Amino acid sequence: MNPFRQSGLWPSFLLVFLVGLVVLALRQDTLRETAFTGLMFIGLASSLNIIMGYTGYVNFGHIVFFGMGGYFGFYLLSEFGWPLYLAALAGGVMAMAIAFIIGAAVLRLRGAYFALATIGVNQAAGAFVSNFEPFGGSIGLSINFSAYDRYGGAGQALWLSFILLWVVTLAVLVVSYLVKRSRFGLGLIAIREDEDTAMVMGVKAPRDKTKAFLLSAFFPGLIGTLYFFKNGNVQPDDAFNFQMSLEVLVMVMLGGNGTLLGPVLGAFCYEKLRDYLLTSVFFKDLQLATTGLILLLIVLFVPGGGVGWLRKRFPELRKWLE
Amino acid sequence: MTQILSSIIDGLLIGFVYGVAAMGLTLIWGVMRVINLSHGATMALGMFTTYLLFSDLALNPYLALVAVVVLSLLFGFLIYGVALHRVIKAGYLSTLLSTFAVNMIIIGLGTAIFTTSPRNIDFSVGSFNWGGIIFTGTRLLAALAAVVITGALYLFLYFTRPGKAIRAVSGNQAAAELMGIPSSQVLALSFGLGTMLAAVAGGLTSTFFPFTILSGASYQLKAFVICVLGGLGNPLGALVGGLFLGGLEGVVPIFMPVSWVTVVEFVLFVLVLVVRPTGLLGSK
Amino acid sequence: MAGMILQVQEVSKKFGGLQALLDVSFDLSEGQILGLIGPNGAGKTTLFNVINGVFPPSSGQVIFRGEKITGLPSYEVARRGLARAHQVVRPLNDLTVLENVMVGACFGRERHSLGRAASLAEQALAQVGLADRAPRLAGGLNVAQKKRLELARALAARPYLLLLDEVLAGLNPSEIASMMETIREIRGQGYSILMIEHVMQAVMSISDQIIVLDYGQLIATGSPQEVAGNPQVIEAYLGDPEMTARLLAE
Repeated sequence: MNPFRQSGLWPSFLLVFLVGLVVLALRQDTLRETAFTGLMFIGLASSLNIIMGYTGYVNFGHIVFFGMGGYFGFYLLSEFGWPLYLAALAGGVMAMAIAFIIGAAVLRLRGAYFALATIGVNQAAGAFVSNFEPFGGSIGLSINFSAYDRYGGAGQALWLSFILLWVVTLAVLVVSYLVKRSRFGLGLIAIREDEDTAMVMGVKAPRDKTKAFLLSAFFPGLIGTLYFFKNGNVQPDDAFNFQMSLEVLVMVMLGGNGTLLGPVLGAFCYEKLRDYLLTSVFFKDLQLATTGLILLLIVLFVPGGGVGWLRKRFPELRKWLE
Repeated sequence: MTQILSSIIDGLLIGFVYGVAAMGLTLIWGVMRVINLSHGATMALGMFTTYLLFSDLALNPYLALVAVVVLSLLFGFLIYGVALHRVIKAGYLSTLLSTFAVNMIIIGLGTAIFTTSPRNIDFSVGSFNWGGIIFTGTRLLAALAAVVITGALYLFLYFTRPGKAIRAVSGNQAAAELMGIPSSQVLALSFGLGTMLAAVAGGLTSTFFPFTILSGASYQLKAFVICVLGGLGNPLGALVGGLFLGGLEGVVPIFMPVSWVTVVEFVLFVLVLVVRPTGLLGSK
Repeated sequence: MAGMILQVQEVSKKFGGLQALLDVSFDLSEGQILGLIGPNGAGKTTLFNVINGVFPPSSGQVIFRGEKITGLPSYEVARRGLARAHQVVRPLNDLTVLENVMVGACFGRERHSLGRAASLAEQALAQVGLADRAPRLAGGLNVAQKKRLELARALAARPYLLLLDEVLAGLNPSEIASMMETIREIRGQGYSILMIEHVMQAVMSISDQIIVLDYGQLIATGSPQEVAGNPQVIEAYLGDPEMTARLLAE
């Protein structure tokens, strides 16, 4: 199936595509930075959606893949001079390896038990890395500036990382769409709805869950490497920022868990809201509380998120609101 | 040797308090199958309430606990009514996320109001020496209070009408409803009790450790580990599990740096969940 | 003489202190309809669970088409061509009726692609009379329709053997007659069927052979007539006078 022939992919793809185009055309640094953060969250939210939205396994520790993969990729490019795109791929692969290890232990847990286990994963990973000397311990690593030189200096390097992130985000969307419309995706959704029944019908749940989990880990690993490369350093607090993990989760719920467009819209809207809160004198300190309130309101009144609500309200538009 | 013994005994005394916190969590799970992710935040609120009554009203912290009991019970009703009542039958994801959202709100507001600077209750009741082992007064009193509370909870659950109603609903909600037990009220009461236990545990902890609004998080993880160890839904298991964890915390720092304690607890948690999900003592 | 599609050999299952099944043995020939009856709590659904891999037996063997499937997980059993319709219906609520049935076709014995699965699903839905409900969400069906959905899901997997667990329960007489027609059609297509049923008249009239379970043990095997007249069977049901009356009326 050619995903580009399907209506469902286009709204998300077009949105991200245009954002990148506009930033590249205007060549403004501040715009690029804002867009970078936005695309990063879209990528993280969309990848979380694969395990949480399609498969129904709520992963509170999604940021671990971002952190671990990012650390590893950064380490390779800074200490060993690897080219950025290779280091990023390696970061993605490392994240998959971590997912495999974690998954082997916790994917057998069901429902709330799985979610609980993932809450602790992030804390444990952060604590572990803080004590791990080759990764700089609690201080982290600073970039070796020759890593920027190979791309013609820091300025060029920042634009390169943006372009790569843009491509990666588009890739996440396409992959997510392909999964959703594939037989594999049908199996995942069956697992989400009723895992035991899915198995009775022949879905190899243990294997498929693991695949989904690994897939959801790959992109954050890539994205993490790009992010830390752009920042020029990596620290445990940045890499395993639990707050960030929560925000990504809220973005998926806000936009619509299990949809393609949901994480995109959710990330977009949440970012706008966050910027507003941070600059507003009144709300400045209440960011976490407001995030919590949003989540609560969604869970209580609009569990399908924005896209879920739109689909109900405008059934004719369903094929665009995938 | 006496040092190790001291350490273990200290740990056990704290373990009683952990047990109280865990009992609250396991009660909520046992009655309504909800995993309360705001438990730690409630403990922190208990710490702050005790502190504020002590520092602003010069109230004896142990008397302040009485206020904590009442306030937290009401607070629990509030949380149940606002965040849980609507989604209690909607499945585990909804209740998980809603208690999680409540947690974020409490921590968010708490950080804004109290900032993250540590608070401390400077209230000493002395200590006494027994054969070279030092027993800190505050810890002894806390352990005593924990035992009293456990006893009171037991009496409540087994000898009062509301208590029996709670046990009926946790055994079989549908059947209990058929027998005319108003399950919503029972659920609200159970949640209130669970919250109260968390807040009291927090209040007791504040008498011997400094704390911030974020301190609840690590205690929450401990409470989860204990519940899982003792069997989810099993209050006695929670108490025993609390003692076990407290003792473990007394022993571990002798052999490895303290920052590893959380990692050890988390690994233990996942291990028990994976190997023996019904807990070492069997769940409900 | 058709081959043995299913051989259950001395299967026992213990849950803690409870002996749910004890040394249950029987064979099912290809193309046969075998009715499994017994009072409530006799262990019929437990037996199904052992056969299709939901949990392994404590002892004994299950042989499917000559292959030992004892202890295999349920998805492995499904892939070998054994499909099940549950007593307590479990539709995949957020999927459409068509998608529900497609899952059966995609992950069953023949493992079809999505496209092929869709047409197989349409056929199965037509066969059970749910074709017009195909684009609706499965969660919105009524009980009788959900039962048909269970059956369609099982059929779409094109299994060699169908395990039907009380597909008639909760249906009114005209729904029952309709379902029976469908089952007769299915049997005519060569499926082997093992069915648990409480609706006596139905199961007695359609089954080639009957086996009776009581307190986890097989107490009778034989043709419907033989079983109906068996004093042990009647005694087992004496705890259930309505059931006995119906049996005696056969």
